[in-house]
Amino acid sequence: MTAHSITIGRILRFCLLSLGALLFLAPYIFMISTAGKAQSEIFSSSLSLVPEQWSYVENFVKALSRVSMPTLLLNGVIVCALIFLAQVVVAIPCAYSMAKLKFRAARFMMVLVMLGLLVPIHATALPLYVAFDRLAVLNSYAALVAPFSISVFAIFLFLQFFRAIPDDLIHAARLDGMSEVGIVARVVVPNAWPAITAFAIFSVVAHWNDLFWPLVVVTNQNYATPPLGLLYFRAAEAGDDYGALMAATLIITLPLIAAFLIAQKRFVEGITMTGLKG
Amino acid sequence: MANVATDMPILAADRREGRIAWLLAAPAITLLFLFILLPTLAVVVLGFTDFELGFGSFRFVGFENYAELIGDRTFRRSLRNTAVYTAIVTPVSIALALAIALLIEAETRGKVFFRTVYFLPAASLLVAMATVWQFLFHPTIGPINAFLAEFGIAGPNWLGASGTVLYGLAIIGIWQSVGFNMVLFLAGLTAIPRDLYAAAEVDGARSWLDRFRLVTWPMLGPTMLFVTTISIINSVKVFETVKTLTEGGPNKASEVLLFTIYQEGFVYLRVGYASAMTVVFLAILVVLMFLQYRVLDRKVHYA
Repeated sequence: MTAHSITIGRILRFCLLSLGALLFLAPYIFMISTAGKAQSEIFSSSLSLVPEQWSYVENFVKALSRVSMPTLLLNGVIVCALIFLAQVVVAIPCAYSMAKLKFRAARFMMVLVMLGLLVPIHATALPLYVAFDRLAVLNSYAALVAPFSISVFAIFLFLQFFRAIPDDLIHAARLDGMSEVGIVARVVVPNAWPAITAFAIFSVVAHWNDLFWPLVVVTNQNYATPPLGLLYFRAAEAGDDYGALMAATLIITLPLIAAFLIAQKRFVEGITMTGLKG
Repeated sequence: MANVATDMPILAADRREGRIAWLLAAPAITLLFLFILLPTLAVVVLGFTDFELGFGSFRFVGFENYAELIGDRTFRRSLRNTAVYTAIVTPVSIALALAIALLIEAETRGKVFFRTVYFLPAASLLVAMATVWQFLFHPTIGPINAFLAEFGIAGPNWLGASGTVLYGLAIIGIWQSVGFNMVLFLAGLTAIPRDLYAAAEVDGARSWLDRFRLVTWPMLGPTMLFVTTISIINSVKVFETVKTLTEGGPNKASEVLLFTIYQEGFVYLRVGYASAMTVVFLAILVVLMFLQYRVLDRKVHYA
């Protein structure tokens, strides 16, 4: 079992992993290849990967002209940023109270948090939709963000993390005359960065990809998030113009994939931490 | 006497701390009530009404909605499809993820590369990648059927035929969820103490299979339970691919729970009826979580 000698087992393992990797990458390979093909070529030879005539520019122009991609991406960024900020600002003080203060309702809060973990947006969507409709706030960033401003999962995750912060650290800060808010901001948060980054990745991936809620509250293209925008694009694209469709897909998937590739270690750590704690 | 004198300031300090705790938790409590508890309660209540959006009045109809659900062929179809989808995606995705995690863990070279590749689908926009899969599955110009044709196999009309549409969607679901499960398994595998393997070897566990059976498998218990629960829940929540690619078709062959709820509630605006469906959906989630806790209590005590 020496690590560096080449054995049949190792070769077999490597081949299996490579074959699997190729299968998993196949959709991306075909996406990139098809985004550069002209309509006629797509219909004639689907297995050749390199376009005979490079139609990238043409397809990208088409993709960009049908639906405003910059607006979609900007909406995605705004919505994800607002959601994440609200979640953190709301959850951190609450988790701190539950973990480190003499908070009588802490046990009761824990029950609420556990209950909340059970309820996805799909379950609360109908009453929220009716309420938002009555309040005439559909088609707005507020409608997209508000239901996610509270993340019981964030409370749960931060709670576990805060419990591990030594009490002495907090007592010392108190003796130095820091207020509780000051302690949260200057002692707790700096000590909880790993949990906060992990949660940031979890939250952004979840809300960047979410289709259900935007589909429910947004009918106006100006507020469409990337998944919803792509749905509009598909609807506008009658027939099978796969070249333009793949170009649009490429533009819309690229930001998150780029972020993932740049910070893949963080991503995996974050998913592991949020996954296992959840 | 001295006690009273020193207790008083402590009590006052405690009370002050309690007040601050309430203040710090107040936003979270308010929003929790507003956006989670109240709507959940409302959905249960709405499930007993004939509320429709656009109509001013509504009345309580008792269990009428639920009675209608039992006879609703679309809903029953939808439940069955969701169950079939889950029954395919969960085991396959878990088995594949575990196999890949074991292979990656055993290999010293290229760990990061393979981990990145297999995780990539989990970090990609599902609606977008579903569109790519639609092209791959295309009956005439799709690469999958073109590939099958090389071997003389006439590929099916994957997403367009009621016999294969669920399998097509399941393939996408598996492709998308393997990476996530794999990352969790990798974390579980790294957490197993090396000396356990050495000990097992001393005790006569010579082959890889023995070591897997005696050490890896039992030590992975908690991870396995967690991955299983979350996989089932995610499969039950399948929506994006169905909405993007099939709209429940053809012939309701891919109607799944969340899509049916979406359709009834937000397209036909039958809020009362859709709420009853939502209650069923919630009940399924509750039962799944309850089962997880039960198993956690009884069996998995290695963590």
